[in-house]
Formats: sequence, C-alpha cells, structure tokens
Amino acid sequence: MLSSIPIFPAQASTFAADVDKLYFLILAVTSFFAIAVVIFVAVFAIKYQDESGTQVGAPIHGSIPLELAWSFIPFVISIGIFAYATIVYFELVRPPAETLQIYSTGKRWMWRFQHINGRAEINELHVPKGRPVKITFTSEDVLHDIYIPAFRVKADAIPGRYSEIWFEPSQIGDFHLFCAEYCGTKHSGMIGRVVVMEPRDYQAWLSGSDGQPLAARGQQLFQQLACVTCHLNDGTGRGPSLAGVYGSKVALANGTGVVADDGYIRESILTPQMKLVSGFQPVMPTFQGLVNEEGVMSLIEYIKSLPAPAAPAQATTAPAARPAQR
Amino acid sequence: MTTTALPRRTYLNHEFGLKSWLLTKDHKRIGLMYLVLVFLAFVLGGIFAAGVRAELTTPAGDLWSSDTYNKLFTMHGIMMVFFVLIPAVPAILGNFVLPLMIGAKDVAFPKINLISWYVFLIGMITTVSAMVFGGVDTGWTFYVPYSTQASNTNVMVTGIGVFITGFSSILTGVNFMVTVHRMRAPGMTWFRLPLLVWALYATSLVQILGTPVIAITVFMLALERGLGFGIFDPTLGGDPVLFQHLFWFYSHPAVYIMILPPMGVISEVIACFSRKSVFGYSFVAFSSLAIAVFGFVVWAHHLFVAGISPYSAMVFSFLSFAVAIPSAVKTFNWTATMYKGAIWWKSPMFYVFGFMGLFLVGGLTGLFLASLGLDVHLHDTYFVVAHFHYIMVGGAIMGFFAGLHYYWPKITGRMYNDTLGKASAVLVFVGFNLTFFPQFILGYLGMPRRYHAYPPEFQVFNVLSSAGASVLAIGYLLPVLYFTYSIFKGQAAGNNPWGATGLEWTTQSPPLPENFPDQPVVTEEAYDYSKREIKVA
Repeated sequence: MLSSIPIFPAQASTFAADVDKLYFLILAVTSFFAIAVVIFVAVFAIKYQDESGTQVGAPIHGSIPLELAWSFIPFVISIGIFAYATIVYFELVRPPAETLQIYSTGKRWMWRFQHINGRAEINELHVPKGRPVKITFTSEDVLHDIYIPAFRVKADAIPGRYSEIWFEPSQIGDFHLFCAEYCGTKHSGMIGRVVVMEPRDYQAWLSGSDGQPLAARGQQLFQQLACVTCHLNDGTGRGPSLAGVYGSKVALANGTGVVADDGYIRESILTPQMKLVSGFQPVMPTFQGLVNEEGVMSLIEYIKSLPAPAAPAQATTAPAARPAQR
Repeated sequence: MTTTALPRRTYLNHEFGLKSWLLTKDHKRIGLMYLVLVFLAFVLGGIFAAGVRAELTTPAGDLWSSDTYNKLFTMHGIMMVFFVLIPAVPAILGNFVLPLMIGAKDVAFPKINLISWYVFLIGMITTVSAMVFGGVDTGWTFYVPYSTQASNTNVMVTGIGVFITGFSSILTGVNFMVTVHRMRAPGMTWFRLPLLVWALYATSLVQILGTPVIAITVFMLALERGLGFGIFDPTLGGDPVLFQHLFWFYSHPAVYIMILPPMGVISEVIACFSRKSVFGYSFVAFSSLAIAVFGFVVWAHHLFVAGISPYSAMVFSFLSFAVAIPSAVKTFNWTATMYKGAIWWKSPMFYVFGFMGLFLVGGLTGLFLASLGLDVHLHDTYFVVAHFHYIMVGGAIMGFFAGLHYYWPKITGRMYNDTLGKASAVLVFVGFNLTFFPQFILGYLGMPRRYHAYPPEFQVFNVLSSAGASVLAIGYLLPVLYFTYSIFKGQAAGNNPWGATGLEWTTQSPPLPENFPDQPVVTEEAYDYSKREIKVA
C-alpha cells in the first residue's frame, strides 16, 4: 500500500529532469547550511550550558573578517543559483520555432482545448510524445492557471491577454492538469488530465473529429464580420493587408513598431485604436462583444495561414487563398 | 527567590476599572489591550485553520461545501495576517517595552497610541462582522477580477476593515519612529540601542511607507467593485496584473513587518541567555535596515507566472536572492553569539532554539522560490504554503512567544512554570514540523493551494499535516494555561529575574505607571554582560 504513495512527481517532459536537477542542487546547498547552523547551535547550547544562570560569557563582540566571509560567500553562492535557475527558466519560457499549436480558454470551472484541425476537448488534453507543443490561452472570466506538474509548467490565464506555455512530452501516460490560480467555488474541480500518446495514436485521435479546421472557421468569421471589406490582401483596402503579417514587424502610427504576434492581433481586433498601423485611419470599430475568445483564436489561425504576398504561387490549394476573390 | 511580594504601586494597580483601561494613555496598558485583541484574532484564525485542516484529511470535499471551505481559508489568512502577525510583536511587545528599553516615560504621542488601538478595534470589528454576516471568499490576496466581479461575498466590508486597520499600523509606526528619535534617555546613543529597538525602527519605516499603498489598492478595488471604475478590468481598459503589483508592493514588505520585530526579540533573548553581547552588533542592526529597504524591491517575485516579462522576472529574482543575505547574516551572528557563552536553558531560550530551526527552513526554502526555473513548478502549490508558514508561524510567532516568555515577568511581575514553558516550546516545534514539513513534499508533487478536494494520492501527507496541527494546537494552548495560573499564583519575579542587561530590567516588575522612579542614564553598551555580577530569581 505504502509503495503506491508517490513522493516525487513523474518526469514527463523534456525539461522536467532539468528542473529537478536544479531542485536537488538547491536542496543540497541549503541542507548543508541548515545542518551546519543546527549543529553549531546544538553544540554551543550543550557545550556552554550553565545551569546556574549566574556565569557570564566570554567578552567577544564580533569579527569583521567573519562578517565579510559569511556575507560574501552566501552572496556568491546565491548568484550561482540565480544564474543556473535563470538559464533553466529561459528554457521553460522560450518555445522552439516549430511547435504544435493548441489553443485554450479557461472559464469557471473548465478548460477547453482547441486543436487547430478543429477537434476540441473539455478538461482533457491529448498531445503527442516527442513533439514540442505550445498552448496559447486566455481566460473568459477571472484568473485561472494551467498547471501540469509532470511537465513542470505553469502559467496564469489572464482575461484580456494571452499567455503561453510549451513543453515536449517525453513519457506516454495520463497526467494531472490543475487550475493553480484560485477562481472561486469549484477551483479544485477545475482539473483534468493530459494524455500523452504515441504520435501515430495522436494523429488517429485527432482525425476522429467532425469539427472544421480552425483556420477555415476563422475564414468564415472573417467574411461574416466583414473584415474582408477593408483588409484586402493586395493592400488597397482601408485597412492593412493581413497577408504574411503574422510574426512580422509592423510600423505603428505613433512611430514605434510591434511584432504581430497572437497578442497583438487579439488586441487589434478588440481594441483597434490602441496600436494603429502607420498610414491608416482609425476607422476600424471594436469587435468586443461581437466575437468571443474562441472566435478570435480562429481568426488568428486564419491570419497565420495567409501566405506572404511575395510568395511565388498566387493561389494555392490552402483555404487561405480564397479571400483574394474580393 | 529574591522577593516574595509584588511592588506596591504599579501600572496595573494605580487605577482600576474599565474606564481606566479604555482611556489610558499608558503604553504598557495599550500593549496589553492589543494583546487581548490579537489573542482573540489568533483564536478565531486558529478555528478557521482547524476547519481547513479537518476538511483536508480526506481527498473528497465532504466536510464543508466548497464555498464554506473557500471562506475558511480566506478568513484564516485575513485574521492571521492583518490582525495577528502584523500587530503581534510591534503593537504588543513593542508598545510595552520600547519606551522602557530607551528609558522613556512613554511613547512620543500617547494619545495617538490610544487612537491607534481604537482604529485597530474598529477595523477588527468591521472585518469580523463581515465574517459573521456571511464571510468572504476571495483569498486574503483579494485578486481581481474575482474580487471585483465574481465573488458575491462580503468583499467590500472586509476591504473596509483592512483599510481601517492599516491606519492603526501607520500611526504605531510614526509613534515608534518619533519615540526612538526624540525620547532616548541621556547616554542612550544610537549604537547603544538594544537590537529590538533597531528592528522596531526598521519595521516602522516599512509600516509608514508601505501601508498607504495597500490602503490605496483596497480603495481602488472598492471603486471598481462598487462603482464600476475600469482600473483592473480588461474589458474596461484596465489590467488585472496591475492589482497584483500594487497588492504585493505592500504585502511583500508586510512580511518584513511580521518577521523583523521577532528577529529583534531573538537578538535580545539570545544575548541574555548566552550572557554575551550580540556578535556583530552593528551588522545585525544594519541588516534590519537592509531588509526593510530591500524588502520594497522584491514584490514581483509573487508574479513570476502571472504574465510579467521574463526580463523583469530575472531582475526580481536577483533582488530576491539579495534580500536573503541580510537574513543569513543575522542567523550566523546569532549562532556566533552563543559561542563561548554561558547558556542558560530557560523557556525563552527554548523558543529561540525553535525559532532558529524553523526560520532556517523557512528562509532557505525561499531560495527555491526565488529561483525562476523552480518557481514555475512550485508557484501556488503547497510548497509556498509551507514556506510562508515556516517564516510567519515558525519564525514570527515563535519569536513572539520567545518575547512573551521573556517579558512576561516584566509585564505581570510574576513567573510562570518554566518546565511547562519548555514543554510548550518543544510541542510547538514538533507539531509545527509535523504540520508543515509534509506540505513541502505535497508542493513538489504538484498539489495546488486553496484546493477543497484533491487527488487521492495526496492524502497521506495531508493526514500527517492535520495530525501535526492538533499537536501544534496543544502546544499553543499550554501557555494559555500556565500564563493564566501565573497571573494569580505565580511567584513574584523581582526587577530582573533573568539577570538581563537593558533599562527595562532596572525598574520594578510590573513597572511604575511612569516606568522609572528617576530619569535613567545610560553609561554602557547594550548587552554588556562581561562586567556584571549576575543574580537571578
């Protein structure tokens, strides 16, 4: 019975072992200091005990060399830990260039995961082993937090902006998914499981969907919301062309620039005047209330799919090519 | 064995009746009045904690409803942070001993001191009434947008209570600061000040500079919740992360309001019971100031996974490591103080031993959380819960108890049972470790905090934790019994039962209403034990 009680979490992502190495290193260093101090306190307390209470101690007032030593040595060790921990951190927060994109929204008290081929799931997340996965997510109400202990990743879901986590699963199995930011009544019920599958099984699982691909859904919205009337792909519209804009640097009317990432596109749809593109009038209305978070995510996926204008083939078979008809 | 009767005229018996207490301007009586309120808050907060621990003995949320559970941990946090930890040492012990330690008749502004107690009382009544009439469930951190939009509990009333209580803290800080500057006895130079005075001074600095920020933050929260101002709500152009910055800009330094004064107490007790001057006096004194100053620039380490940029996370991680150094320096100095001392094993010293052990663990686990790559995994798990309880309960409350056992004979004029005192220290130490050590393991396993129900594999450590909490409760109950007995039947203590240095031990116990019969004059350094002939009770 006792053997089934875990005392250490599974290492199911590529960086889990790195995080654990850092943990054991700090554990070793801090244990050394803790045990040393405890031994000194215990030895002094016993060796110099005076039961009468009437003796006085030796007239020692301090020592500058000792003070400098025990300020400086812990400081140097701290810097070492800081540097190492920061290196591990940058590994955790910087996704590689090629990732499998998944979108997610949290709301009280459930997680919805949206795969770009259209398959969606609630409180379950299926991912393939051995492929970097990036989850872009937000919250529809209060703060939440995606936490997968076996992967050692965590980030808050914040209403009004995107957060991002990435991981590369390294072990087949089922793992806990927790909401780690208090969100009210059923906070502890906002949990689920992450299912890591062989890539082949994952593909089979994905194709068991009747949902429309995200980009295609985005394209429909793009028509329905009449985005298409201004954002012409040839750049002659009242709004800037969106072809190839994703990930590029955009010059703004206020003279600064911004990289057109998920967050910028979301912001431009919901609060268009915030970062106006250079050379355009502030004529775009806000789409706040007209499109939900999932709609915004499919629009982003659609914009991502638009090929850059310089691409040799004018029209490909990708769904992205179609809006050029206008 | 020196005296058998209490002094004839003391601050306790020179006037009688409820009115003589409620209108008193005597810092010693005000300190005791704070003790009454803080004790009530501690009992209330402890009951809430018992409710939390009882629920967590089983994985299913089966004892309370989710909403009740959420209210229990919220109200536990609010009572303990704002009404126990922050006022415990400054408002109770600080009020009682600060003027005595510097040879003053009272604090600089006795009327303001009384006002600050009433402000605290009003704040506490407001907050407790919010709890009685329905409770509050936002967590003690009041994070938006949950607190502004989603929670339908008494957020406003609780916020107003916390807002009011903050002013009591500011007034006490101002009072102490002016007192230290203006009221020192002749010969009491800055570098002759006992280290508790330095610690209280550094704390006052944080109280004065930090507390207005929480007042402003709670005020903005009220504007948004009550009137729909768009400060934090993203749909109105606000930013929910801004709230966290503002909240922790106070609430992180608030941790130093809780721990600095107990650190000062530890310096006093360790010097007295080692019969030696504190090793590296000026380093210990300045480390208090360093902690107070550095404490203001580490707040965003609470936000490492809350959407701040990786580069600002890096800066705050570095600063958080830096703030650990002065605490380490203090710990090494305390240890060195015992070297070649004449160590007298009495109850206050047992609490110091306990403090050393628990504060070490609490402080060092802070390094895990300051480490960016690890904090991503540990943030908002039970590892954090364990860490801050080691600091706030293991450190601050243990230090407060050390101080209470040390100054009890001065406060009441009577001794308590030393064996029971030691037993209580041991019980608290053992119970505390049983309660909170398993939570480190739970945290690394990934159990998030504030969970009403949890996966079954976490149960063993939760049961251990709850079992430890009952031992801890007995450890805290014991002093209530022997202190109560001591008030009525305790042996008279005499002026200086511990054979300690310091002006507070030169006057009678309990002290005169005006503290000293004549203006004391200081002619020696603090903790000058080497030249003394020590007599003890």
